[in-house]
Amino acid sequence: MTTVASTAGAPEKYVAPVNPKTVKLAVEDLDFYYGKTHALKSVSIPFEAKAVTALIGPSGCGKSTLLRALNRMYALYPGQRATGRVMLDGEDVLRTNNLSMLRARVGMVFQKPTPFPMSIFDNVAFGVRLYEALSRSQMHDRVEESLRRAALWDEVKDKLHASGLGLSGGQQQRLCVARCIAVKPEILLLDEPTSALDPISSAKLEETVLQLKTDYTIVIVTHNLGQAARVSKYTGFMYLGELVEFGETERMFTNPVTKRASDYITGRFG
Amino acid sequence: MSDTARTVAGKAFTVADTQPGRRVSPRGSAFDYAFQALCFAAATALLASLGGVLVSLAIGGWPVLSKFGFGFLTGKTWDPVRDIYGAAGPIVDTIITSAIALLLSLPVAGGVAFFLTELCPSFLKRPIGTAVELLAGIPSIVYGMWGLFVFAPFFAAKVETPLMSAAPPGSMWETLFSGIPNGSGILSASIILAIMILPFMAATLRELLNTVPAQVRESAYGLGATTAEVVLKVTLPYVRRGAIGAVMLGLGRALGETMAVTFIIGNSHDFPKGLFDSGATIASTIANEFNEASGLQASALIALGLVLFVLTFFVLALARLLLRNPEA
Amino acid sequence: MATRASPVVIARRQIGNAVFVGFCVLVTAVALIALALILWSLVRQGASGLNLNIFTLDTPAAGSVGGLRNAIVGSIMMCALAMVIAVAVGVLAGTWLSEYAGTSRYGSVIRFLNDVLLSAPSILIGLFVYQLLVRPFHGFSGFAGGVALAIIAVPVITRTTEDVLKLQPISLREAGVALGSPFWHVVRTILWRAGASGMITGALLAFARISGETAPLLFTALNNQFFSWNMTKPTASLPVVIFNDALTPYPDLNKLAWAAALLTAGAVLAVTILARIFSKEPRRS
Repeated sequence: MTTVASTAGAPEKYVAPVNPKTVKLAVEDLDFYYGKTHALKSVSIPFEAKAVTALIGPSGCGKSTLLRALNRMYALYPGQRATGRVMLDGEDVLRTNNLSMLRARVGMVFQKPTPFPMSIFDNVAFGVRLYEALSRSQMHDRVEESLRRAALWDEVKDKLHASGLGLSGGQQQRLCVARCIAVKPEILLLDEPTSALDPISSAKLEETVLQLKTDYTIVIVTHNLGQAARVSKYTGFMYLGELVEFGETERMFTNPVTKRASDYITGRFG
Repeated sequence: MSDTARTVAGKAFTVADTQPGRRVSPRGSAFDYAFQALCFAAATALLASLGGVLVSLAIGGWPVLSKFGFGFLTGKTWDPVRDIYGAAGPIVDTIITSAIALLLSLPVAGGVAFFLTELCPSFLKRPIGTAVELLAGIPSIVYGMWGLFVFAPFFAAKVETPLMSAAPPGSMWETLFSGIPNGSGILSASIILAIMILPFMAATLRELLNTVPAQVRESAYGLGATTAEVVLKVTLPYVRRGAIGAVMLGLGRALGETMAVTFIIGNSHDFPKGLFDSGATIASTIANEFNEASGLQASALIALGLVLFVLTFFVLALARLLLRNPEA
Repeated sequence: MATRASPVVIARRQIGNAVFVGFCVLVTAVALIALALILWSLVRQGASGLNLNIFTLDTPAAGSVGGLRNAIVGSIMMCALAMVIAVAVGVLAGTWLSEYAGTSRYGSVIRFLNDVLLSAPSILIGLFVYQLLVRPFHGFSGFAGGVALAIIAVPVITRTTEDVLKLQPISLREAGVALGSPFWHVVRTILWRAGASGMITGALLAFARISGETAPLLFTALNNQFFSWNMTKPTASLPVVIFNDALTPYPDLNKLAWAAALLTAGAVLAVTILARIFSKEPRRS
């Protein structure tokens, strides 16, 4: 990649302002380290409530790292640490002690579908059982409504007690979504959720995301620019650990401000 | 679609629903450290048992070791009546029987392993391979029984007697084949031991050979090498370390084997002179004498156990080190 | 320019190859025949001693009619006790090695010692348990026998548990944790369940191994001529009965020993085959 020559007046970085009253989750000056490697450099990005924000960028740019910092997934691994602040409703996520409750509020769906080795019903009920003591019928209602919202109910309603492993890839991923929303989180983090799926399943999942945004704040990491354009209201472009540009998707894809974002979106690299 | 999803049983679905019924932290979060500690304790129990074996053998054997010192290892006399104990006989017998067993079984095990990986037609691979693995699980006492009741009479009549009468008097052969031709003895025990460790060694070697990547073998064949050359010059050197490790593992098993040997070694503490002489390995000595022993004799037997422990520990440790990285 | 091998060299190589191939085929045949002979003897001698008495009468003295009932029951009791202990300790130890040990030095030490214990001479384990549980309590017991067998079984189960758990993808753990679950809960409800078939196979193989072990029982459980449920006293077992009866000069006791050997070997083979079938069973969908 040749050195970036700025066209006259085009900034290196640009973050469009967002009305703070609408911001659900705000990342402020986040630095992340894998051991000695400085993976995220002073990232600040707002996530608007009940909207979909996409994170795009070439491999290794740090978008998954950023996502995994939001629910402190890195706490599982010694040697990984973060500095800065991530404000969720006024509370700093990076400093909270109650990780379980944080993760109950901030759910995550992974790249590879990971159904648990149990029935479909138990998969969805898994998270709920951690936090609530529901009666049989209440639990059944909760499972049903979660599966409906994940657009999976019609396909599995007759086999709720079959193993989750027997579903197709796309169905398994929607099962993971259902499992996530069953605990009634406020934020959903999706880490390249369709990259392991065929086009039809991907389309179905995108449709589900669009319907979920009415109730959840969604952050989606994706390699697929078309997907970002289809699904998100805001997009953040990252490169080499920095947030290069952030703004409304429609504007960014038609009229990017920075040259690097423009090069990436038009396919000059990445 | 979103409308039907949003109302279930007539209720509107909002995020704040059932929030009041929610716990502050999930069930069981306090147990995390306890569980980790429990697992750690279990892992440490392994260390403790091995350490316990060593310590208990040392403590039990101490009376004899302090009495005879290093002489215990070199003493040839084993006399419970006069309370004089020397481990040289059992030690030598243990090493000889294991060495002969390994010598006999290694080529066969290697041949079986090579056969299964290179030469066997594919429809036979599964049954023969399975047969070998299943046979590796047969309890060693079965081999001991077979050795005593079937092998010994046969060996005495068809091998020992002819060899002993054919050996020219006064020659090295006569000494080598001396002893009582009753079918039991050092050589018989070695043979039974060899048969016993054979399936295990064959299975281990075969597994090892299977780790060689297909491309390595294929490129060797592609150069026009014969099967023998591919096996001996390419695949075997590829897993050289692992192969030595497997041999050491077989040796470790042979050294510690009790049941296959006790029935057929003759149980005599005299220092062996010929292959057909009776002998006694460390394990067979302990097995035969411990329950009737008391006082210094019991201590001597435990001290023997200590010697065996140290011996097999080193062999097994070496084996495992080699097997961890099978590529040379 | 390619070198052309001389016909002499080619012929030599081909003869060498033929010798090698011939050797391999020959020794395989010999090995299989030898092992078949052993099995044949076992079946023939053992079957002739099998009758209903085996299961209804207890071990006899020389000259009287008897069976193996007490030995069978004793073996089952001690193996069951051993498996309970071994599964509890082995699964937890294997879980520690896989989930909590990481790359720590202590972890590699434990792994190494586990492998050594796996192949350690079982007679020494018997001596250890003798010092631990027989001497202090002034008596042999089935309980001590069970403990000795447990020590032999634990390394097998630890190994298979660790291997099976390590096969599970990291994302499975992360998915559980991402829902807010405590880690031990993830291990218990997700990881153990995912690895269940492998762990059960390991347990079956451990059981097959200990059910044929004789040496560790010689100084711990000793033997018992009579039928007894009491594990705090000497307990009969098939392998020890074989050992004792085979070495006597009485043919009827020898015959009983063969029958016991057939039963033991048969049980071991059956459990091993069960383990293999179980491990190949496809995931239920």
